[in-house]
Amino acid sequence: MSREQYQVPTGGKDSFGGASGGGTNFAAEVHAPIFYTCGDCAVRVPLEKGAPIRCQKCGARVLYKERTKRMVQFEAR
Amino acid sequence: MKHPSQAEIERRKIVGINAETVTDNTTTDYPGHWPGENHEWNIDTFRDNFQVEFHQNDPLLASFSLIGVDASIANAFRRIMIADVPSLAIEYVFMANNTSVIQDEVLAHRLGLIPFKGGREGLHKFLKWYKKPADGDEDPGNFDYNTIRMELNVECTHNENAAEDEEDPNKLYHHANVYASDIKFDPIGRQSQYFSGENAITPVNPDILIAKLRPGQAIECSMHMHKGAGSDHAKFSPVATASYRLMPTIDILQPILGADAEKFSKCFPRGVIGLEKVTRREAAQKGSGYEGHEGELKAVVKDPMRDTVSRECLRHAEFKDKVKLGRRRDHFIYSIESAGQWESDAIFLESIAHLKEKCRKLEGQIVTMVR
Repeated sequence: MSREQYQVPTGGKDSFGGASGGGTNFAAEVHAPIFYTCGDCAVRVPLEKGAPIRCQKCGARVLYKERTKRMVQFEAR
Repeated sequence: MKHPSQAEIERRKIVGINAETVTDNTTTDYPGHWPGENHEWNIDTFRDNFQVEFHQNDPLLASFSLIGVDASIANAFRRIMIADVPSLAIEYVFMANNTSVIQDEVLAHRLGLIPFKGGREGLHKFLKWYKKPADGDEDPGNFDYNTIRMELNVECTHNENAAEDEEDPNKLYHHANVYASDIKFDPIGRQSQYFSGENAITPVNPDILIAKLRPGQAIECSMHMHKGAGSDHAKFSPVATASYRLMPTIDILQPILGADAEKFSKCFPRGVIGLEKVTRREAAQKGSGYEGHEGELKAVVKDPMRDTVSRECLRHAEFKDKVKLGRRRDHFIYSIESAGQWESDAIFLESIAHLKEKCRKLEGQIVTMVR
């Protein structure tokens, strides 16, 4: 499969990719928190849209994106 | 037609080993080398002279001698064992999550090199080749007869029961080390018939360290194993080592006696040279070199096969012209170490089958070429 054909799979009920392009439901996104990893204590931090970027446990302000959930294939060579 | 004596034939088989040179290292028993002698290859002569001697035959290590074959044949077997006899290894790694410090590519490479074992019937009879699709070709698909699926799911967590002052990461955390035994086999279709119970696909060495983790890190991946040949990648080679050496010969030309004999035996690995007392009869024999030495120790060759041919004895002036080292050109001592998927002797038998098959193919091609 070429890079152009590929479509990023999206979580959640309302997919905003592909055919349903016009009717994107942003309200559903607001309720689904995105997880980040705290740079200090490595705890998983759920963040909602507009929330202050801060670890709930230790208060650190550095958060890292989590690794993609997308499966990656490797040759064992 | 001249017929060389038996002693002459034996002499021609010896490769001379001197302090700094090696002589007569090529075979001479082919037509046209010795004028007036017949050295045509003959199946009956070969059958009469060929011998196999086993020295050791364990599942993971076989050692045996082939006597009376040419180096080209002996080397063909060795090369086929390393590069042509198939075995099963991890080929594709599907990484769902890897937050360990070891990179995905490196981890995949490490997983590929782990040797696995399983039910012999399933491995050698049931499992078929997976033909890798060339560019533009359609994927042959993964089926129960060409692909084995493995899973590795580990997550490192804190051990709540660990002592306060514990410093050993293995006790402080769960799954601080990921071992080969953490890889789980996932049978598909008929695979459960062939690979269940003690026939399951498992790592040969369960304690191979794959990665180290700390709390919060996880590895989650599945793997596809295929059959392959060592010519494609070394991970498919069924042997750890497959090698041969030539049988060493040690000829003591003049008696080595007393303290010299002890020094002489120390020039060789243990067990190669023995010390014996000179008998009355030997001492009585004129011109033997033993006259008047009855009861003294003399050096005798006990087991030349154990010699490493270090040539240490050739460095000492006192043994000059008293010893001749050599190797038998047609005596191959094989040492085959299996990586675990095959019995070590079965690898050699398989290499013979492969050579036969190659010859059959070549024969067919020659026939069409002549036509």
